[in-house]
Amino acid sequence: MSAFALVKDWLDERFGWAELTKPLRKKTVPMHRLSYWYFLGGITLFLFVIQVCTGILLLLYYRPSANEAFESVQYITTQVQFGWLVRSIHSWSANLMILTAFAHMFSVLFLKAYRKPRELTWITGALLLFLAMGFGFSGYLLPWNTLAFFATKVGTEVAGQVPIVGQWIVIFLRGGEDVTGATLTRFFGFHVAVLPGITTLLLGVHILLVQRFGISVPPSVEEQWKRDPSAAREMKFFPNFALREMIAWYIALGVLGALAALSPWGLGAKADPFVPAPAGIKPEWYFLFMFQTLKLIPAKIWFIDGDLLGVLGFGLAGAVWVLLPFVEGLKWRLARVFVTGLGVFALAYIVSMTIYGYVAK
Amino acid sequence: MQVFEATTSPRGAGDSGSPRDNVRRRFIQVLLGGGLLASAASFIYPVLRYLIPPAATDMGGDTVVAARVGELKPNTAKIFRFGSRPGLLILGADGEYRAMSATCTHLSCTVQYRSDLKQVWCACHNGTYDLAGRNVSGPPPRPLELFDVHVQGEEIVVRRKREA
Repeated sequence: MSAFALVKDWLDERFGWAELTKPLRKKTVPMHRLSYWYFLGGITLFLFVIQVCTGILLLLYYRPSANEAFESVQYITTQVQFGWLVRSIHSWSANLMILTAFAHMFSVLFLKAYRKPRELTWITGALLLFLAMGFGFSGYLLPWNTLAFFATKVGTEVAGQVPIVGQWIVIFLRGGEDVTGATLTRFFGFHVAVLPGITTLLLGVHILLVQRFGISVPPSVEEQWKRDPSAAREMKFFPNFALREMIAWYIALGVLGALAALSPWGLGAKADPFVPAPAGIKPEWYFLFMFQTLKLIPAKIWFIDGDLLGVLGFGLAGAVWVLLPFVEGLKWRLARVFVTGLGVFALAYIVSMTIYGYVAK
Repeated sequence: MQVFEATTSPRGAGDSGSPRDNVRRRFIQVLLGGGLLASAASFIYPVLRYLIPPAATDMGGDTVVAARVGELKPNTAKIFRFGSRPGLLILGADGEYRAMSATCTHLSCTVQYRSDLKQVWCACHNGTYDLAGRNVSGPPPRPLELFDVHVQGEEIVVRRKREA
């Protein structure tokens, strides 16, 4: 008997390994022309794992204080062996992860995979995307460079527009009236403890739900299969789909490695609160569509503050987005079309506003 | 509904394929396994190198002003900063300055001068050294590193001993 089989038998006798992995071995994945979209969630998960690993590595040298943060990141990128690579992978992987998470979300939306009984999978997924953006926002400040400093100033200021509790949120986020070393300490805490904790929990629920309900078949394919049951195809999750997923991960890794090595992430200049904000300052691309919208809204619409309207609008849109699966359940003739239409509109809006934000001076 | 079986080994593990097929399969396996091993190595190597911190540059050089004349009374001592490590400057009852490393050779605690014993003492495991830095009792395995002391005007300058 091989060593591997011996270990497997030992584990099986101790806690029923075979029983535990039984659902995985029986699990199947629907096979159709749109199956490729199923890989996006897995790639996002893979990139998250890379974030955790490289994040832990960065923690070995990073120092979360206003006096040392910039210097410690500089030390990582210039002195530590392969430090530039670890940091570059962390930054690139963060951006790619947000990109694949968005792509995953829109593919789920257009394939209508959020329908009953998968509403909770959608909700946890949407919350995970918000968390990922929180990771991005908090992590962006940690190198304590000029761009990060002003991005955080503007970003937290926007949160202050929320009625009644706005000022309280600003002080909570900043650890005081202004963006200072206290903000850095807080953001560090959010980034490496609070957000990872919540994310791990939600991610666990999200994946468990995916396992529980299996993978959804899009309505168009479902109808076709109903008409002609012999056309229905499934693939074993293990090893067939898992091996394909591995190939997808490998490709993602290749793209990530190439980007990180060929275009290493820069560091910029150390943050100085007494230097004017540089011209053309912009947030990370995944906040750009909101940033650009706020820029376009007039200062006053009738008697309401423009920024306030923007913040409330995005808050409302976010809430509707999270609850989207329930719209589909409404006894309303146009509910289905409405959800897809909203999805198309949101995608078009985000893409065009992001491009506009990039091009705009 | 059709379920596609694993396609990785179409003839099953028993393998009734021709020897030619087996050679092909073996070739593919070696190629895949080798590729995976190579990529694993390419992740592990940078991580291992990353884990080892770059050698710290010893700040402060070889010479430091440890105290001013008149700062210490006879039979007392002070800890001074020598680069990133502590040093011990003793003004003996005989009026002579002595300087040595203040890091115990046992488990690296910082030692102190005991006026009552006229000895250097380590509180952690009760090790003692004499005024020449020699380990005289307790667990310390080696003497403390001794430094050169010069009085230059008002300053007491401590210098690392040059390797002979």
